[in-house]
Amino acid sequence: MIQIPDIASATSVQILFSLLSIFTLATAFLAIYSKKPMHNAIYLVLCFSSISGHYLLLNSQFLAFVNLIVYIGAIMILIVFTIMLMNLNNEDEVHKPRITRLGAIVAFCLMCIVLIAIFINSKPIADGSYEVTGEDYQSINILGKLLLNEYMVPFEFASVLLLVAMIGAVLLSKKEKLEK
Amino acid sequence: MSNILNQIGIENYIFLSVILFCIGVFGVLYRRNAIVVFMSIEIMLNAVNLLFVAFSTYHQDAQGQIFVFFSMAVAAAEVAVGLAILVSIFRNMQTIDVSNLKNLKG
Repeated sequence: MIQIPDIASATSVQILFSLLSIFTLATAFLAIYSKKPMHNAIYLVLCFSSISGHYLLLNSQFLAFVNLIVYIGAIMILIVFTIMLMNLNNEDEVHKPRITRLGAIVAFCLMCIVLIAIFINSKPIADGSYEVTGEDYQSINILGKLLLNEYMVPFEFASVLLLVAMIGAVLLSKKEKLEK
Repeated sequence: MSNILNQIGIENYIFLSVILFCIGVFGVLYRRNAIVVFMSIEIMLNAVNLLFVAFSTYHQDAQGQIFVFFSMAVAAAEVAVGLAILVSIFRNMQTIDVSNLKNLKG
């Protein structure tokens, strides 16, 4: 069950988590709701940085910075460049028909209600106490050892995948020679 | 050393991820601009990643974080190829409105 949080006795971590969550949800919503594609991209950058904040809150520094570098540094730059390449910023897109938009909103609400109801009514996962092993499990030292011993083969395949994606992207976006 | 989840609770992370995922689904259904549909897919991926990291902390185990690492690599590859496809669609049709891409419908 959901416990109603007591604001007066909330610790600083809880307040930080609530603020970060509100920020994440608001920017994610604005990222898909605002009209101009460039504004969407900026809001999405804010959303991703707040998710990095969540990772830092969970004490996984490595993933926080990988998230910053990969999502904000690479993916968003790629998307922003594509928006500028297509020069879409001033174009006001035509909306979908009203019945489709209404369907989207209804689907969103139903999915939220069903998923949250499932998690509320499922058995409580833990009764407020979580195990603490005390040993280090998420420093970059441990992650690097795990990545290069146990997950060696997937790691190499990820590099092959990135290479193939790079070649594919270059081939796809190359201008085709005009016939005749 | 204390577990941060003692103060926040794993349920709150589950609810946050669920709502974030639903916002992504909403974006895919609501918008016509293909780039915004792409961004919504990124939001959904990020919601799942967040849940992976939360459960990695819950189990005090690094495997979840390794999985997030791989999922980020796959997301990067997916975005590169997807945007290249979008650019070539734009070059051919002068639009990336997904409702106009119905040549396969016959």
